[in-house]
Amino acid sequence: MTGHLYRIWDSDLCWSFRQSPVAMVSACISIALVLCAILAPLIAPYNPFDPSTLNLMNGFSRPMEPNAFTGETFLLGTDDQGRDMFSTILYGMRISLFVGFMAVIFAMVLGVLLGLVAAYAGGRTDAIIMRIADVQLTFPAILVAILIFGIAKGFTPVHLRDQMAIWVLILSIGLSDWVQFARVARGAALVEIQKEYVEAAILIGRRPEIIIFRHILPNVVSPILVIATISLALAIILEATLSFLGVGAPPTQPSLGTLIRIGQSFFFSGEWWILFFPAVTLLMLALSVNLLGDWLRDALNPKLDD
Amino acid sequence: MKKIFFSTLCAMLALASTSHAETINWARAGDSLTLDPHAQNEGPTHTLAHQIYETLIMRDMTGAQVPNLATDWAPSADNPNVWTFKLREGVTFHDGSEFDSEDVVFSFERAMMPNSDMKELLSSVKEVRANGKYGFEIETNGPNPVLPANLNDIFIMDKGWTEANNTVEVQDFEGGEETHASRNANGTGPYILTERVPDAKTVLEANPNYWGIGTFPLHVTKVNYTPIKNAATRVAALLSGEVDFIQDVPVQDLGRVDGDPNLKVLNAPQNRVIFFGMNVGGDDLVSDNVEGANPLADKRVREAMNIAVNRDAIRQIVMRGQSIPAGVINPPFVNGYTDALDRIPAYDIDKAKSLMAEAGYGDGFTITLNCPNDRYINDEAICQAAVGMFAQIGITVNLDARPKAQHFPLIRNWETDFYLLGWGVPTYDSEYIFNFLVHTKTDQRGSWNGTRYSNSALDAKIVSLGSETNLAARNATIAEIWEEVQDEILYLPIHFQVLNWGMGNRVETLVAPNDRAVFKYMELK
Repeated sequence: MTGHLYRIWDSDLCWSFRQSPVAMVSACISIALVLCAILAPLIAPYNPFDPSTLNLMNGFSRPMEPNAFTGETFLLGTDDQGRDMFSTILYGMRISLFVGFMAVIFAMVLGVLLGLVAAYAGGRTDAIIMRIADVQLTFPAILVAILIFGIAKGFTPVHLRDQMAIWVLILSIGLSDWVQFARVARGAALVEIQKEYVEAAILIGRRPEIIIFRHILPNVVSPILVIATISLALAIILEATLSFLGVGAPPTQPSLGTLIRIGQSFFFSGEWWILFFPAVTLLMLALSVNLLGDWLRDALNPKLDD
Repeated sequence: MKKIFFSTLCAMLALASTSHAETINWARAGDSLTLDPHAQNEGPTHTLAHQIYETLIMRDMTGAQVPNLATDWAPSADNPNVWTFKLREGVTFHDGSEFDSEDVVFSFERAMMPNSDMKELLSSVKEVRANGKYGFEIETNGPNPVLPANLNDIFIMDKGWTEANNTVEVQDFEGGEETHASRNANGTGPYILTERVPDAKTVLEANPNYWGIGTFPLHVTKVNYTPIKNAATRVAALLSGEVDFIQDVPVQDLGRVDGDPNLKVLNAPQNRVIFFGMNVGGDDLVSDNVEGANPLADKRVREAMNIAVNRDAIRQIVMRGQSIPAGVINPPFVNGYTDALDRIPAYDIDKAKSLMAEAGYGDGFTITLNCPNDRYINDEAICQAAVGMFAQIGITVNLDARPKAQHFPLIRNWETDFYLLGWGVPTYDSEYIFNFLVHTKTDQRGSWNGTRYSNSALDAKIVSLGSETNLAARNATIAEIWEEVQDEILYLPIHFQVLNWGMGNRVETLVAPNDRAVFKYMELK
């Protein structure tokens, strides 16, 4: 067991990690934020998603100052509806991270699958899949996401819209992001296919799906992981953008983007905390995940040095 | 050389600023819904229409009725059912054609068509007819002493233009129809429409042939109207000088706008009440989780909801003191308002919970609340606050906030069970409220009654108001109707709005209680 751990500690990846203070700091911040989000129901003093617990009179409390009407004190103040900002940010981050993770997993599964099939099948299949990818790449991701979100929302029954909003978000962000994965997976797979172990597998008559998933996939994992990490940061920002524009998470279940949209209205009037804290949280989250992704890319591809 | 250049530059700047001084850049949260002046009886729609089209009689900035296209009006000496009007002579429409009684008859008949949203105002009218080129008569079903109060928003169109452009039928707004009249305009008003991009930009320029030149200030020669939905963006535009005049300064930014040395905020109580409407007459609700029954049909549930709304908290926090809590859907300006009616229901969660339990909904129910997000002051925030208040008595409310252009058809087409609506009363008389909001929905009346409420005895009383000449008896009937509406808890009143108009210091205007900017009255320093 200790030998196993030592092997990990002594690996190239870990050595590179220990050499990079940026990676260590951003890993710490990422892990701390993810833990906060997962443990939100235990950490948060209030449940901002339960409207029956809200007291409107607590609205616009300043951070760390007792409210003029109710006398209650809130660590980061409250928003216009009397929701505790600290709890709301924790729960909002939960939604942002959940949407981000699920969207990336969805995009990764779809993209890698299509990329590997394109690489292995070649010919017409390859051309069709990759042309679709090219066409989608010409549109900005945000546009594709808004389009898919609008169509999917139209198909959702009215009384289920609030509950379905999160899943529709995941679907629209995932569908706008699969191209990256497909292109990387196809590129890496094309290199692997020409190697002798794949030729050997084909010669002994293994079925194509076995070759794709058992032989090729494990060897193209590292570039996909890099893309996935960077995509996570992008997905979180895309979700925040959609919610900021008012087409994402509903106001009764705010994500970080929704909170920034709400806070923006009160920026001129001096209630800075409603905008500031969610924005800083989003910045820390996106930046730390992005820096982690950059480090991972450099560590896994020493040749790729831009 | 440098000196000459500099003085030329100064002269050019001076020229630029004098010509600029006559343009007003005007913004508000929402756009006019349509240019067809009879298709939507809605505040911002009529505010724009009043710059382009004109009515026989209008309210000036103080709320007083003044002559417009009619110079004189009086009940006929021979027939108590007839009002006679003397029309203004020498008026032309923007396309040059002459204005006469034919256009007035045509416009009134158009405003009484089934698609028209103005028909409730003319529900007592039996016939309209011309009496010579500049005479006009309205015959009502029985004497109607308050008829002129109903004519302030009946716009006059040119018969020839409307017929030539195949737009005699009023636009079916709820059905999503677009017509020539909904995109173009030809009125007699002080401003001519020169550019219109719905929801983006509308440009008006002064009418050089306007009959009122010399009568009104008419300092404003060009109006650029831009809807800016986002509150912070709207304020930023005013602060930066990009716009000169906004009709809806967000309550959180009043201090900042008023504190700016170049800007001022003028405020006045508005003739408008904000309230929730409910489907009380339906057998079952679409958006709830109760099968085969309508919880809102139970008066105990409505009473519970009424006393679960903390109106004072909404005033303090959501409106920052800029509202007057209401106990009745009748603004204090309006005939029929009394302090006794406007008694604000006492906020009492415990009593509300026991009423819910009594009605058999101790565990609550789920329902969707439809809310506009660009019409009334903090409309979406009011709905959000209400979600929390109703949750305390077990009602789980899903909030569906949409722009007004999508929200209002839900009410008119009976596609919502629970909605937010605001109502202003341009006639300053309760009959207007009853005709639109209380009377059973028929072809003539009740077009904004989204409650599905129908009470034939009450309907008969409402209809009788149109021909009651004894004002004391009429007021007694109005009081009886209000008592019934209050007893039924047909609507849940929230508050009366307070207007806050923000503008550059050079703008001189009164704040009209109907939230209507009329640019011909505006003065620029």
